[in-house]
Amino acid sequence: MALDDRKSDFTFVGTRPNRPDGLDKVTGRAKFGADISAPGMLHGAVLRSPHAHARIVKIDASKAEAHKDVKAIVTRADFADVPFRPGLEGEFYNVLENVMAGEKALYDGHAVAAVAATSALAARDALKLIEVEYEVLPHVTDVDKAMTPDAPVIREGAADYSVPEGMHPNVVRYHESGHGDVEAGFADADLVIEDSFVTEATHQGYIEPHACLGMLGNDGKGELWCTTQGHWIAQKTCAALLGIETSQLRVTASEIGGGFGGKTTVFIEPVALALSRKANRPVKVVMTRSEVFRATGPTSSASMDVKIGMKKDGTISAAQGVFRLQGGAFPGAPGDMTAMCAFAPYNLNNVKQIGYDVMSNRPKQAAYRAPGAPMGAFAVESVIDELCNKLGLDPVDVRLKNAAHEGTKASYGPTYERIGLVETLEAAKAHPHYAAPLKPGQGRGISCGFWFNHGGETSVSLALSEDGSAQLMVGTPDIGGSRASMALMAAEVLGIAYENIRVTVADTATLGYNDVSHGSRVTYASGLATIKAAKHAVEKLCERAAAKWGIPVDAVKWENGCAVPSGPNAGDFDPMPLADITADMGSTGGPISGHFEATPEGAGVSFGTHIVDAEVDPETGKTSVTRYTVIQDAGKAIHPTYVEGQFQGGAAQGIGWALNEEYVYGEDGRLQNSIFLDYRIPVASDLPMIDTVIVEVPNPGHPFGVRGVGETGIVPPLAAIANAVSNAAGVRMKQLPMSPPRILAALKDNG
Amino acid sequence: MVEVHLWSGLRSLTGGHHVVEVEAKTTGELLVALVQAHPQLQAPIDAGVSIAINGRVIATGLTEPIPEGSEIYLMQRLRGG
Repeated sequence: MALDDRKSDFTFVGTRPNRPDGLDKVTGRAKFGADISAPGMLHGAVLRSPHAHARIVKIDASKAEAHKDVKAIVTRADFADVPFRPGLEGEFYNVLENVMAGEKALYDGHAVAAVAATSALAARDALKLIEVEYEVLPHVTDVDKAMTPDAPVIREGAADYSVPEGMHPNVVRYHESGHGDVEAGFADADLVIEDSFVTEATHQGYIEPHACLGMLGNDGKGELWCTTQGHWIAQKTCAALLGIETSQLRVTASEIGGGFGGKTTVFIEPVALALSRKANRPVKVVMTRSEVFRATGPTSSASMDVKIGMKKDGTISAAQGVFRLQGGAFPGAPGDMTAMCAFAPYNLNNVKQIGYDVMSNRPKQAAYRAPGAPMGAFAVESVIDELCNKLGLDPVDVRLKNAAHEGTKASYGPTYERIGLVETLEAAKAHPHYAAPLKPGQGRGISCGFWFNHGGETSVSLALSEDGSAQLMVGTPDIGGSRASMALMAAEVLGIAYENIRVTVADTATLGYNDVSHGSRVTYASGLATIKAAKHAVEKLCERAAAKWGIPVDAVKWENGCAVPSGPNAGDFDPMPLADITADMGSTGGPISGHFEATPEGAGVSFGTHIVDAEVDPETGKTSVTRYTVIQDAGKAIHPTYVEGQFQGGAAQGIGWALNEEYVYGEDGRLQNSIFLDYRIPVASDLPMIDTVIVEVPNPGHPFGVRGVGETGIVPPLAAIANAVSNAAGVRMKQLPMSPPRILAALKDNG
Repeated sequence: MVEVHLWSGLRSLTGGHHVVEVEAKTTGELLVALVQAHPQLQAPIDAGVSIAINGRVIATGLTEPIPEGSEIYLMQRLRGG
């Protein structure tokens, strides 16, 4: 998308007004997924497999059906049977298979049947009356074991064109890219380090569990209320899985209590609709926390080998990585993204990266902020840190020496446009944190991180009211403060106050299609659409002013919220404020609105650099993060407080991933820690104050220079923390999480 | 004519070539021309690709213009969270 209207001086953008959803949220007035009910509503509950891998021989629901409180029971037979084909329909098949098991239960927690009853308790009780006969099959939950020749096959024929011959059927996608000659590069190095790294699966950990209310009649018309990052994809997927027309299902997104990528698909939504269609009553389904852990997408776990060669002056002469990611019992682990992002911060002549997507008997992985990138950064940045230590080089200087910049050939192929990595590293070097002395027992870690960012299909409408206020309808659920950012961008174009603009996340019947709130795309793409929609409205405002003044429309321009004559020959008229034009718009041509629909394709990539200090207790193995600084290129921070919040959130989630969070599977293939007591996410007392520095290197693909900020912030933390802990403990930590037992074991092994 | 750089995993589908020269004015024309040149590229294109034009990643659009002499890279389609 060509942009000839770049703006660099701002009135509203860059200020920090109060959030528009603040009062609703602090008073409890905001309606989340579970905060809704309907007359005659039933409650749904889902029966889940206790086995990691089992053939479903028979489901006998007769006793449950006979129960007086039970109004409907569904199994796989109640969903549309979408034939498996590659592409979009292939993913619909995978989602259907995940939403309700077909011939086999593929992981502990996989849905096999569901009940709608007159109360939530009755529904859960009725689950116990459903008899399922299983033939238990061998299972595998570890990525490396799932690739070995004797591993049980999860689904024959799931591999695509990319997988080399001779690989296990559980390997379903293969990616290889790079340039130059890595062997020659390694030969040219003064020091080569090759090492292996492991990360465990972690959950996005959103506080709000999945919840929805579905109503679907036998006429194929339905309504769905749900907590989601994308209600159009929920609409499209539910319609496909239930065999109804997309437009006949109206989906409304509730307020969302966190998503982080995990709410970009459907789980219980088609089940609630299928139950409703059978019972002819609305059905509400709310997951328990245990269901969230067992049956919704965690991130992939990873096993990785990285080899990097460095010259004595710090120049990286060659880099190579093999990244194996398991994504549960379905294709989709982002091994390709791990590979493409791993070395992206660096200007390399010789680089090669390989990614594997491997299936195992775990829940279907879902996106989690920059999916795939944090694991690769952990492995790569750990090896760079070790090289710096061995060669006696400063870790920021080495990264600056090798940093990618405008004109660098990226590790994934193309030449970078203007990017801001060097600026983040220079800011890190200049930050007081980097020069601050460390206490005994403390270590410091540095890491860079990269993420692509995304545009995606976007529709926005803006309608002006007679009193001069504006309502803006966007289709991207607000997961990070986007209503505030959209209002600021609209205010900037219209020239009216932020407080006079109300932003609503519209339902699927009210606005054109919108992709999911993912890929750090919302401030970029919905923001660009908001700017364009506001400009569309401004064009009409100028037309009305021109008509009133009796001058050509091209003799009118828009300044500070007013139509003004453009140039000396346009005539001498006082500025005409927006509210003066809208006051009589009904009688001067009708309502004034602005619209924009497109797929913006200029999302700029972004980089960050993190500095972490950590302290390790040698007696207990407990790690404390004592200081943390996030430096990231935001392109242009529309609402800096929200940008800082995104930076801090990425660091906080990264601290959890690095130090404590992990999916623990028993020998039986069952998840051992499916509640927050056993799966430990960081709480406030685990976190230091996380300092932030916003770097602004404008994105050439956005009118205001915006780059997405939501995902890059979780890429560096795993590595930065691991480097800090390794430097504090005096031993290289190669497996996450670095929980106290692992730290103690590493200290012991190190003598 | 524009040169399209492929990721190395695709070389097995193009007889070892990692650069394919095609006639194309838009991203959509480029994908059609790639398949005409190497029919086996249909599978990765169906699976989802993005196209980088002079470093700007076009995630999905088939109507993006390709200026003469542009640097073109075929990439696996990006996914986000």
